[in-house]
Amino acid sequence: MLDNATLETLRRRSYDLRIDNLTAITAGESGHPGGTLSAMDIMQTLFFVEMSHRPKEPHWPDRDRFVLSKGHAVPALYTVLAHAGYFSRDLLPTLRHLGSPLQGHPANFLLPSMEASTGSLGQGFSIAIGMALGVRLDGRKSRVYAMIGDGESEEGQIWEAAMSAPKYKLDNLCVILDHNKGQIDGYVKDVMDIEPIADKWRAFNWNVLTIDGHDYQQIADAFAKARDTKGKPTFIIAETVKGKGVSFMENKIGWHGVAPTKEQLAQAVAELQKAQAALSSKGAA
Amino acid sequence: MGAPAQPITGTSVASRDAFGEAIVRLGETHEELVVLDADLSESTRSKKFSQKYPERFFQMGIAESNMVSVAAGLALSGHVPFCCSFGAFLTGRFDQIRMSVCYSAASVRLVGSHCGVGIGEDGYSQMGLEDIALMRTLPTMAVIQPADDLETAGAVEYLLGHKGPAYLRTTRQKLDRVNNPDGYKFQFGKGVTVVDGTDLTIVASGGTVGPAVNAAKQLAGEGVKARVINIHTIKPIDVDLLVKAARETKRILTVEDHQTTGGLGGAVCEALADKEPVRIYRHGLHDVFGESGTPKGLYEHFKLDAAGIASVAKEFLAK
Repeated sequence: MLDNATLETLRRRSYDLRIDNLTAITAGESGHPGGTLSAMDIMQTLFFVEMSHRPKEPHWPDRDRFVLSKGHAVPALYTVLAHAGYFSRDLLPTLRHLGSPLQGHPANFLLPSMEASTGSLGQGFSIAIGMALGVRLDGRKSRVYAMIGDGESEEGQIWEAAMSAPKYKLDNLCVILDHNKGQIDGYVKDVMDIEPIADKWRAFNWNVLTIDGHDYQQIADAFAKARDTKGKPTFIIAETVKGKGVSFMENKIGWHGVAPTKEQLAQAVAELQKAQAALSSKGAA
Repeated sequence: MGAPAQPITGTSVASRDAFGEAIVRLGETHEELVVLDADLSESTRSKKFSQKYPERFFQMGIAESNMVSVAAGLALSGHVPFCCSFGAFLTGRFDQIRMSVCYSAASVRLVGSHCGVGIGEDGYSQMGLEDIALMRTLPTMAVIQPADDLETAGAVEYLLGHKGPAYLRTTRQKLDRVNNPDGYKFQFGKGVTVVDGTDLTIVASGGTVGPAVNAAKQLAGEGVKARVINIHTIKPIDVDLLVKAARETKRILTVEDHQTTGGLGGAVCEALADKEPVRIYRHGLHDVFGESGTPKGLYEHFKLDAAGIASVAKEFLAK
């Protein structure tokens, strides 16, 4: 259980993260706001609550690892890492600019905190399996986390990977599905329906949990359960809202892959600041 | 000059076998060496390793895409993975090799066996014939094709310490030994002059080196002094040695068990185009599929045997 102070810090920071994330995407003049906002709360929980890691020593051998298989959501990861102390927040607005280590999709050899280069969907999950095998072979206690998208779940490689992790009883592996129900060409159910998704993963012999992907308590509890599960990997279906936190972006397919204009950014920031202030006054009351 | 500097010694081993023996031997002292296979361990010869070091062998089933990316993850956690399948099937996972391996800076060793028409009866779908071309295009990827057992063992040992991804191309058919075993040392990126000569240079790699040496012998009997260069490292290729040969012999004949587009022939043309442009003839598969047959019959059919190479060389010299 997270204590109230931690919960409040996480909630308060969730607005700062969203503002920085959208500011970076606007500065980059392209990017994927929808899927960053749906994934943000899970990523914050990973780096601020769950994972054992050292921002000043990104290649610490005993660290827990996070592979962002849905690489297009990387502005959210950059933002969380900056807030966690891996690099300066000043770097964020260089997103997608020539010469910046903040590539449009993760490039691990340019930015040490990226565990793998991703962006061609379906592969990061398999890379995470290799890491889970690798750290176990070395006798390390490190855990490996990977996040996939629901559109990404249409890739055949996802199911090759889904078959292989339980074979190797990788209980040091936890995969999170950012179940935001949208992809570039439309709603997932229309493009290529992946349901019943929980049944599929259970049938593939995973420990399957379903949570609200914006509820910090539920996210943290799920990670704790994953850690306590022995003999099989855990799959967390995080029910999320694409564009979460910005009224005009929420559940709008059009916000999958376009950057906000400066005016739209200002509107989004105002909304997020207002919500954050409301949180503070509630906390004070 | 003109006679083989190192005649074929009679030892004949498939490079897949030499690979299988090398990983078993090196696995003893190199804990970081791990091996993955996709239900072809009997054919790729990773099976002995799997029996001796089961905890370091990963049977990934018939799911090569996942295997390639998993190998990348193992490399990124500090291990040295040799990822085995047929060359044709690895090539099919180009996207995984491109992003999970190369773009992720994962030092994976992809081992593609059953390369070329030399596999014989199984036919085109099982033959790696475009693998060199595709692998060569990827930034940071090294491409090695050993010509005999000594080169294979040397290449595997070298690859334990190589930084970056690499593709090792092995054969199903036996390869006559073309190197001298006394003090043999594999030198990454260095071509080997196997036969000296001045009339033309035959540049061969892997399965075609032995036949090229025998072709040079045959040509010597007919008064043609052919040089034979063995290019085991196709990328990065030994430009200096090729330039020297171009200057000294004026004509270059490349011989490969692979498509002539983008393979050894393509690599040699690219290397010489802006340094020492000379007449080059690329011999191999000219934009055609391989087919079923005996390995010997196919080498005759595609003129990759000694007699075929000698006849192609003479035609080229007559032009």
